[in-house]
Amino acid sequence: MAQDNNKVRFSHNDERIVVIIGSGAGGGTLANELAQKGVNVVVLEAGALHTQGDFVTDEWGSFQMLSWLDKRTTSGTWRVARDFPNLPAWICKTVGGTTTHWAGASLRIRPYEFKAKTTYGDIKGASLLDWPLTREELDPYYDRAEKKMGVTRTNGLPGLPGNNNFKVMSTGAMKVGYKECNTGHMAINSIVRDDRSHCFQRGFCFQGCRTGAKWSTLYTELPRAQATGHMELRTQAHVVRIEHDARGKAKEVVYYDSDGKLQRQKARIVAVAGNSIETPRLLLNSHSGRFADGLANSSGQVGRNYMRHTTGSVYAVFDEKVDMFKGTTMAGIIEDEAVFDPKRGFAGGYHMETISLGLPFYAAFLDPGAWGPKFTQAMDEYAYTAGMWIVGEDMPRATNRITLNGDVKDQYGQPVANVHFDDHPNDEAMREHAFTQGSAVYAAAGAKKLYRVPPYPSTHNLGTTRMSSRPEDGVCNSYGQTHDVPNLFVSDGSQFTTGAAENPTLTIVTLAIRQADYITGQMSKRSI
Amino acid sequence: MNTRVIPVASAHTEHTGHTAHAEHAVSVALKIPLTRRELLKGTGVITGTLAFSSIFAGLAPSRVWAVELQGLNSHQGEVILAFTRQIYPHPTLDDAVYALVVKDLDAKASKDPAVQQQLASGVQQLDALGGSNWAKRNPTAQARDVESLAGTPFFSTVRSTAVVSLYSNTLAYTHFGYGASEGDAGYLYKGFNSLSWLPDPPASDSGPIPSDS
Repeated sequence: MAQDNNKVRFSHNDERIVVIIGSGAGGGTLANELAQKGVNVVVLEAGALHTQGDFVTDEWGSFQMLSWLDKRTTSGTWRVARDFPNLPAWICKTVGGTTTHWAGASLRIRPYEFKAKTTYGDIKGASLLDWPLTREELDPYYDRAEKKMGVTRTNGLPGLPGNNNFKVMSTGAMKVGYKECNTGHMAINSIVRDDRSHCFQRGFCFQGCRTGAKWSTLYTELPRAQATGHMELRTQAHVVRIEHDARGKAKEVVYYDSDGKLQRQKARIVAVAGNSIETPRLLLNSHSGRFADGLANSSGQVGRNYMRHTTGSVYAVFDEKVDMFKGTTMAGIIEDEAVFDPKRGFAGGYHMETISLGLPFYAAFLDPGAWGPKFTQAMDEYAYTAGMWIVGEDMPRATNRITLNGDVKDQYGQPVANVHFDDHPNDEAMREHAFTQGSAVYAAAGAKKLYRVPPYPSTHNLGTTRMSSRPEDGVCNSYGQTHDVPNLFVSDGSQFTTGAAENPTLTIVTLAIRQADYITGQMSKRSI
Repeated sequence: MNTRVIPVASAHTEHTGHTAHAEHAVSVALKIPLTRRELLKGTGVITGTLAFSSIFAGLAPSRVWAVELQGLNSHQGEVILAFTRQIYPHPTLDDAVYALVVKDLDAKASKDPAVQQQLASGVQQLDALGGSNWAKRNPTAQARDVESLAGTPFFSTVRSTAVVSLYSNTLAYTHFGYGASEGDAGYLYKGFNSLSWLPDPPASDSGPIPSDS
């Protein structure tokens, strides 16, 4: 291993270990929180180690380096299935997971969103539930997460200075009467802090932050956990199965190491944090005589209620240059539509957040498959273009789900995940409203052309092992502990009961901090 | 061997600012071995001359460029270049950039006989439509032919390669005005908020320029 900060190596037969699968927002945070408390942890990360020095500005090159490109299949009426049939999600396979790629937006889920079922009522074709958690219960942990991540506009930290793309959004937002538009709550250093640089406005947030201004477990949680001597990180360790003992408790994790050799790691506790496609896939692939439908799946909910946020983008062309690529990718947020207001014709709310794509990705995502003069004219106007991304709450549906595709196997001979998604009418109504409002913002700022851009492959993947108060409605309790297997936890966005309208990373980190407290409490009580 | 690489002008210092980036663009994209036809090891070559009006022309001492092909012949290269121009028409974008698409298709063709076959028969089909050399067919008829081939595997191979290759190179970055690696050091002191045709947002909605300590 080229760079290995491990200070400790644990025996594969050590039964006292907490094994965490995945090193992103959930897994990386949980690992550090546990290690700081002296709990011995092994993190198994499927991806390789790419450090800040490895990050590149070339969008396709970076995509090849950081993305999860193992085969997946798709089905359903969503356009991604047509345009990117083997790339349902744009997430990462690298140490640090998708925290290398995320844009940094860190918003708390709103109180009413934790009570989606109560607030929205029964919505046909949706499997809404209230979270077994309230905002009030989570607030102290949100405080800790914001402090850890250095979220701007919290704890006295200033906002980031607005770039050109933000100026356009801000002008338009004020003209249409929005009151809440600023440079956001971002886990990007607005000052030097936490032994990390401030942001230099490079504009390559999606390609990995070379200065480390943007919070990522890659250069915060993981090395700090390793420094305690209580955490061992194993990279290119691809978990294929979790095995249980005769009493139905998780006892061992089976994985392929970097040489392609099958390995086993015994465990006292297993926490799965592979993002909302791989996490349910792993549980489903871990079926056994006792758990015939997959591990922790007595409810039949593993893989179901897959959510991806109602998204889309509005790009607008102006007479004068914008150069949207200069500076942070997500440089401003409009919060006014992130409210519950059924008069708009849909439940839930949405945010508008600036986004910028470099020339290569603008070509790839503006209108996938398009060609001809209309497309090339849009490309000709690249430098004059501003952009925003829509992030709204989508409806959980039992039929939107991750299943095993037995016809297609990955490099280890395991069935790949199929991702099925159909937009709910609520999602469509919200997207239409957001497209209209986003267009109005840019029109007010003087846009001469507007483009409604379809959703990209999903970056916010949620809900596939959701929390529920009743075991028959979901897979885990409010601590991410699975209802069926007490020493098996889920530590990523798969736990989300509903999607809410906020970028999920802050809440994933918050839940991981809370989960770590719970796990250590349970361990000291010897109840797990 | 009478092989030479088109050198890149370093003398053009009258351009400032953007020039370093543009020169880098030219040096990357036009570092193409130009040889006498008979000395080529490959199966084909496509050549061109940068237009006087090209933003690259002032940066390269020679306006002539060439791309050597391994899996395609010269004629196939020429037709595919013309075909790509019709799929993604940018009137002022130099052929040298379209040639990068041909280069990438050529690489795929030399690796995979099925791609080579597909491209060869696509070109054959186009030539049949055009009478002889489709590249010489009038642009209106070319546009019609491309429209009629939309969705065919040949079209899809060319389009899906082109949408990546055409817009992911330093020449294109210069042409379309994308900073690319120029932004690696950050725009904090280089115009991240230089837009001056709109008012500055209220200070409370933005934030201060950070200091380095």
